[in-house]
Amino acid sequence: MNSLFARLASYVLLMLCASLYAQPSNGAQQQSIRLATTTSTENSGLLRVLLPAFERDTGYKVHVIAVGTGKALRMGQDGDVDVVMVHARADENKFVAAGYGVNRRDLMYNDFIIVGPKNDPAEVRSLNDTAKALAKVAERRAVFISRGDDSGTHKKELELWTAARVKPSGVWYRAIGQGMEQALQMAGEVQGYTLADRGTWLALRRKLDLAIVSEGDERLFNPYGIIAVNPARYSDVNYRGAMALIDWLTGARGQQTIASFKVDDEALFVPTAVQTQREKP
Amino acid sequence: MGDLGAAGKQAFALLFSGDPELWGIIGVSFRVSLLAVAIIAPIALIAAFALAYVRFPGRRPVVSTVHSLQAIPAVCVGLAVYLLLTRNGPLGDWRLLFTQSAMVIGQMVLGFPLLLALGHSALQAADRRAWETARTLGASPWRAMWTVMREVRFGLLAAVIAAFARVIAEVGASLMLGGNIDHVTRNIPTAIALETSRGEYAQGIALGLVLFVLALSLNFTLNLLHGKGEMR
Repeated sequence: MNSLFARLASYVLLMLCASLYAQPSNGAQQQSIRLATTTSTENSGLLRVLLPAFERDTGYKVHVIAVGTGKALRMGQDGDVDVVMVHARADENKFVAAGYGVNRRDLMYNDFIIVGPKNDPAEVRSLNDTAKALAKVAERRAVFISRGDDSGTHKKELELWTAARVKPSGVWYRAIGQGMEQALQMAGEVQGYTLADRGTWLALRRKLDLAIVSEGDERLFNPYGIIAVNPARYSDVNYRGAMALIDWLTGARGQQTIASFKVDDEALFVPTAVQTQREKP
Repeated sequence: MGDLGAAGKQAFALLFSGDPELWGIIGVSFRVSLLAVAIIAPIALIAAFALAYVRFPGRRPVVSTVHSLQAIPAVCVGLAVYLLLTRNGPLGDWRLLFTQSAMVIGQMVLGFPLLLALGHSALQAADRRAWETARTLGASPWRAMWTVMREVRFGLLAAVIAAFARVIAEVGASLMLGGNIDHVTRNIPTAIALETSRGEYAQGIALGLVLFVLALSLNFTLNLLHGKGEMR
């Protein structure tokens, strides 16, 4: 009885060791990919269309961690994820130059808009130039909600203030350090202005007492890139998985899916990796 | 994470160089939480006294409800007060959402049941004869209440400190009601949440240390007070 138990126990132990040993050497079968991306892609619903299709095609499983661009890049730098998808071109280039990431590819773009109270107290709606619109908001001391969280949207906002030659500060300028939804919600509550990505705006606009007051300026162009975390820095990242995802997203299937993604009958993202024939099914 | 040590060092540098940003955040925390506790303390303690000494129908269910409400989750308080204060909510015209006042209200709602329950326990432990003696000697009810409260002052102080410790460390309601606005409603817990989400660990660690030391010293004081209460 006793020896049978001992034999059983040693068998279990052996199998455990074997399975532990077998796993890392079996690299090709690492089935899950950790993707750090921005809240804007997650919240727009794009990933809910893209990733299941990718998973069906390749058998990989993608775990999405939706955070701000700053945090997403940081997670890539720390080897906490396998691949990052963000929108802050300058920071992406720095990330690659520092050796944290490899194989950066352009993926798609969407655009930012400035939203504000429907009665537009700062009277910015007539201005086509976004920098002028922001300067007007500052001049009138109208409430402006800033993400203030180092996200791609926040960085874009700071660029726009620089272009407007305004250093925003004072009680009218509120840096909240939170996500896009919270910023939009707060703008609606206090009837202030804010910079938003179009995706989150479309998803939330029905619940908000706000309207678009500035759009279409090329400064509001918002390109997304995707970068694999450098496997030379972290040997345990799923580099194959990361490259499979990058290949798929920048390939015909992925780009087509991006082009046909719509919210409220409006296309949100324009694919930029390859020329797509939008007419083809 | 080789730079965790570096972040820790930076955290200490921030704390001891009197970084205005950091100490401003700490100031918001103290102002809001002290105000919240100061407003509710007299009301809650008098109510606790009433629960312990005044017989009225339905007293037992009220007592057990109060004691259960101690466990009310902060985010639920945040949600409830948010719905009250939102533009289209019943109190929307006050325009208090995303101000320090909204945070104070949230922390008041959060701290009140705790203070009431702990105060009730402390007052129940008092010797009932103090109340009876004071009354037979001709003291007014208010005067007699004051006598009883003085008897258990350490227990009541402990209740106040426990309520303060709870509200100052709470993140859910502060974030929802204050909105984490820089220099206005950003307090220690919401700032820690933000700094971590930005990958700025030094500031987060520095604030975490402050909160940690604060919680430890408050609990230490609590233990001392409990000791005193027993030795009386």
